[in-house]
Amino acid sequence: MRAWTLIKAYTALVYVFMFAPIAVVLLLAFNDSQFGGFPIEGFSFRWFHELMQNEAIIRAFRTSFALGLLTAVIATTIGIMASLALVRYSFPGKNLVSTLLIAPILVPETVLAVGLLIFLRWLSVPRSFFLLLVGHVIIAIPFVVLVVQARLVGIRREYEEASRSLGANPLQTFFQVTLPLLMPAVFAGALFAFTISFDNITATIFWRPSGSETVPTQIFGMLRHSVSPEINALGFVMIVLTVGIPLLAGGLARYFSRKQT
Amino acid sequence: MARVELRGVTKAFGLVRAVQKADITFEEGSFTTLLGPSGCGKTTILRMISGLESPTSGDILIGDQRVNEIPIHKRNLGLVFQNYALFPHKTIAENIAFGLKYRSVEKSEMQERVKNALEVVRLPGVEDRYPAQLSGGQQQRIALARAIVIEPSVLLLDEPLSALDANLREEMRVELTAIQHRIGVTTIFVTHDQSEALAMSDRIIVMSAGNVEQVGTPREVYNAPRSEFVANFLGAANILQGEVVDSGPDGVAVDNEVFGTFPVSNGDLDGLRPGDPVRVVMRAEKVKLSRAPHGDGMAAAGQGSVEAVDYQGQVVRYFIRSGECQLQVIDMIEDRPFAVDEQVFVGVRGVDCSIVRS
Repeated sequence: MRAWTLIKAYTALVYVFMFAPIAVVLLLAFNDSQFGGFPIEGFSFRWFHELMQNEAIIRAFRTSFALGLLTAVIATTIGIMASLALVRYSFPGKNLVSTLLIAPILVPETVLAVGLLIFLRWLSVPRSFFLLLVGHVIIAIPFVVLVVQARLVGIRREYEEASRSLGANPLQTFFQVTLPLLMPAVFAGALFAFTISFDNITATIFWRPSGSETVPTQIFGMLRHSVSPEINALGFVMIVLTVGIPLLAGGLARYFSRKQT
Repeated sequence: MARVELRGVTKAFGLVRAVQKADITFEEGSFTTLLGPSGCGKTTILRMISGLESPTSGDILIGDQRVNEIPIHKRNLGLVFQNYALFPHKTIAENIAFGLKYRSVEKSEMQERVKNALEVVRLPGVEDRYPAQLSGGQQQRIALARAIVIEPSVLLLDEPLSALDANLREEMRVELTAIQHRIGVTTIFVTHDQSEALAMSDRIIVMSAGNVEQVGTPREVYNAPRSEFVANFLGAANILQGEVVDSGPDGVAVDNEVFGTFPVSNGDLDGLRPGDPVRVVMRAEKVKLSRAPHGDGMAAAGQGSVEAVDYQGQVVRYFIRSGECQLQVIDMIEDRPFAVDEQVFVGVRGVDCSIVRS
């Protein structure tokens, strides 16, 4: 009995350790104090209001959103096509291609970041939003490929064969049969890609064009001076977005797929 | 509707030859079954006709047109799979109408044809449901409706009954044959189930290891198997070793351990001479058992003892031991079944013996 109590207490502590920092940010976001720390002096939306007035943060938000959305669209499109090729067709060097696609997960991000930077310098290409986007797409593709591939393996070829036997050409078959059946994975993959891009700081610091900030690099920059209470409010918004959107999407996906079963 | 012809079709997967130089004609409007164990090449032939695989060599003709280079979606075929392959994200009506969308059919006509197809498979009124809401048997009917609604020139069925349970399978067997007769479409049916093949087909093509073993009506392949493989694959058969002791224009005389010397006038008799070893097929249900010696009606007669009894209700299967040889006998129960160790007389009529190549 004693052993169980200890294990339970230990488990509880692990969770506290994991989630207390997040809870602190969520709590302090509403603290009506000049300093971004304890003690709590009152409840207020003041820092959210300040956040809205902060041009730099709004700009960083815009950049991050545009970057995240474009990363999601491009990485998902490429990821679907790559998964189709890897699962449905055989071609020489397939294993190599598969490994190379997944490789960006395995390479430490700093190495990847420096590598791409050196490569671009060698090509004498200046850093730009476009190159930052390319970088984020490279980081996001493996996740999309893994998710979509797993689902595609589970979709029996007979569906596609049946569709083609009924007169649909390969492209019509893809849009009528394969893609709808793949949709949950496409959705999950796109969300992954968005979140990965939206969160990313390590590689972004290396790749961002000078003078341009994403939300994480903006926070990082602000922290260098002091812990402003605005950062807590910003943290709150980030958490709500990165946790809330996937949860909402998952719920919607379940709601829509329930109709079919 | 069209006839289908394979001319010297070979299909190799790497070093494995799944189909070897097949020359097969599927007559217009007929119901033909490709029968054989898994890996015999029957599914490969079906997939080549459908266009899902292309032959390594040889030609495939549908109607009078060579279709080797025509992709599947332009061949106008109805294809039904073992696991139905209904689109789970589309309603029954959308599933059935799927093929019509690519055939410039008017909206109103589309609805009419979907309705008719559902009536043909006797499932009216399920238009708005999803496949997962139907039972396996119902789903297979929908798959059939989806395949026939496009009025295909050939209907290809790939083990369509294998996923159903036994009772439903027999019911669907009758129904499928009836539908085929009604619409008269050239039908090619792939199965490993001999009773399906015998019950449904106009013609059976028995295959083994990529080769066509025998082509014939169900009665031909069952009663006059041309090879040991066919004899063993369809029903239960005894294959006895023997030696030709005499040969004449009407047949040969064979000597065998159990039956002594007896005449055989069926099967592959070409060029047999005295001294040649042969195999004689006797179907298990054609071997007669009796407590008293058989009369003159039997061409071959012998004796043995009952080694095992396998009671199956309407019939009994006996294993009869006679020296080194074991015979399998399937008998309708008339009065009292034979008991283990009972001595019995064994007899076979002349028409029920035939010689096969091994």
